[in-house]
Amino acid sequence: MLSIHNLHAGIEDKKILKGINLTINRGEVHAIMGPNGSGKSTLASVLAGREHFEVTEGTVEFDGKNLLELAPEERAGEGLFLAFQYPVEIPGLTTTNFIKTAVNEVRKYRGEEPLDAVGFLKLMKEKMALMEMPQSLLSRSLNEGFSGGEKKRNEIFQMAMLQPKLAILDETDSGLDIDAIRIVANGVNKFRNENNAVLVITHYQRLLDYIVPDYVHVLYNGRIVKSGTRDLALELEEKGYDFIKNEVEAV
Amino acid sequence: MSTVDNIKEQLSRLQSEQRDSGLKNIRQNALNAFDKMGIPNTRHEEWKYTRISALFNQDYQIQNGQPVAISAQDIDAIRLPGHENAHELVFVNGVFSQPFSKIHPNQELVIIPLEEAANNEYASIVSENLGHSSRYAKDGINALNTAWMYGGVFIDVKRAKIASHPIYIYHVTDSRTANILAQPRSLVHLNEGSQVQVVETFATIGMQSSFTNQVIELVLEEDARLEYYKIQNDAVHASQVSTTHVRQRGKSFAHTVTISLNGNVVRNNLNIIMEAPYCESHLYGLYLQKGNSHIDNHTLVDNVKPNCYSNELYKGIMDENATGVFNGKIFVRQDAQKTNAYQSNKNILLSNNASVNTKPQLEIFADDVKCSHGCTIGSLDKEAMFYLRSRGVTEKSARSLLMHAFADDIMEHIKPEAIRQYVDKLISERLEFDTI
Repeated sequence: MLSIHNLHAGIEDKKILKGINLTINRGEVHAIMGPNGSGKSTLASVLAGREHFEVTEGTVEFDGKNLLELAPEERAGEGLFLAFQYPVEIPGLTTTNFIKTAVNEVRKYRGEEPLDAVGFLKLMKEKMALMEMPQSLLSRSLNEGFSGGEKKRNEIFQMAMLQPKLAILDETDSGLDIDAIRIVANGVNKFRNENNAVLVITHYQRLLDYIVPDYVHVLYNGRIVKSGTRDLALELEEKGYDFIKNEVEAV
Repeated sequence: MSTVDNIKEQLSRLQSEQRDSGLKNIRQNALNAFDKMGIPNTRHEEWKYTRISALFNQDYQIQNGQPVAISAQDIDAIRLPGHENAHELVFVNGVFSQPFSKIHPNQELVIIPLEEAANNEYASIVSENLGHSSRYAKDGINALNTAWMYGGVFIDVKRAKIASHPIYIYHVTDSRTANILAQPRSLVHLNEGSQVQVVETFATIGMQSSFTNQVIELVLEEDARLEYYKIQNDAVHASQVSTTHVRQRGKSFAHTVTISLNGNVVRNNLNIIMEAPYCESHLYGLYLQKGNSHIDNHTLVDNVKPNCYSNELYKGIMDENATGVFNGKIFVRQDAQKTNAYQSNKNILLSNNASVNTKPQLEIFADDVKCSHGCTIGSLDKEAMFYLRSRGVTEKSARSLLMHAFADDIMEHIKPEAIRQYVDKLISERLEFDTI
């Protein structure tokens, strides 16, 4: 589904990603772990199309399309979703109004009819229940005055509404208490099926207790330096990132 | 003969033709003041960024009893939603037109020509309040309106009455055959405990230049409550200076919303004079300009007595070559302890050629007050744009959603449903089809 080949990217003269190779197939959950500054969030941003970053080399193919040529909204239309590490607050725009626009624009991109009011409400009710979101939260301005946990739940709620093929979760667990982590993980686990895929980006192993990955990759200094199964995450948790740094520098 | 000399000659002729009404003296004083000050140029501190003198390089016709070619169809085309229930006052070329106006029979308020009010039982109210704005607008343009005070309107809302019909005021300029200088004038008096809604709008019919120099003075007696809406969506060859002057007596409440969507050079003066304790006022403004339009909002809140509250929020979205000015003055006199006065002006510039000059101006002479001000000028939030687009919203829709969200703070203060929907529609059309 997603195939990243030798991806290099950065800001101005600063190189951040220095040759990423990664393939994700349908039905898989991948986790990318790594110390601060290793390039995790940059990778998420480049995949979602943040203009800030410049891709200098490499290719990214998403379901047969050249992802890097698409505008952010086209990537969403093709089925890519990024749950933001820092969701944006937009005073004056209600979450409901926003998500309705997003759902229908994505449907339009895919050549589907827009959802009518009844269909939209039904879908929203179902996903609200899944994410334990109260109605009052959705009538408020998007993320404005939301707690950290509410913002992250809102991200996963949006994912559930848009039903992407590939969901990238950028440090979705940062700053969350254990109850919020459970709710978020439950949303992701309900979403998973054999036709979609999830890429979890995280600094800590703890989220992976709830969203169990098939593959774990360690990103360090702009490269994936080690890949393995879930055991790798546990090993990292135990030994810390220094053991990776030492290994890499020994090579 | 220069335009200004031509205007002066027309003024003198009008003055000599008018019978000696209660207005003759105030007109003569204003004529002398105009003679001295003329049209303000950019050397005048209050007119530094707004150039109207160039608009007087051409001659204008001023309405003085000539027949007008406006038809009922012309008026129908500009009526605002909700008009069925409203008192509708129509000014044509600055002069109140009774045939086009429609006043519902009611027990709550009186609407009569200003000349009449100056000579009947309202004479003392008129003489006490008419022209109060000239104490604050020390420039020739205000004097020019007063010097030409002809065909104005007086409204008196009776004690403790709540007007059951809003008042819609249409300023229609017919510039089909000549450049027109229209100078509408109104005085609105809200007696103790009365309440009224006023909506003003402007429309130019015809392609010649139109310049409206309007003054409305509103007086709120104790416990009176005013809702005032000004909607400016006139033609791109229509300019105006529009002065709204509000005098507040104790515990009165004023709520004003100024929406400016189009025009050539538009200058608004909004003065709120809190003359007695425990007055409250809210000043909201939204301006969306493009092309070569210029919008200038000068606001002034004068806290004369203690314990008054004012809250002001003006927001603007400027595109193409549009230019804007926000100048927000707050005076807190020595007596005005426990004043609460807040002010904020926020701007979004959509193009590199658009600009806004924003200037908060607080002069505080009391020591126990709470005052704040703030202003921002920026572009659309890039991170918010990316967030929306990453959810599948197209760039165009994302811009529109963000601008709507930005405007929403102001829109929610337009309380009459029909007017809010009308303005919302104008804004939606603008944001969805015209920008970018």
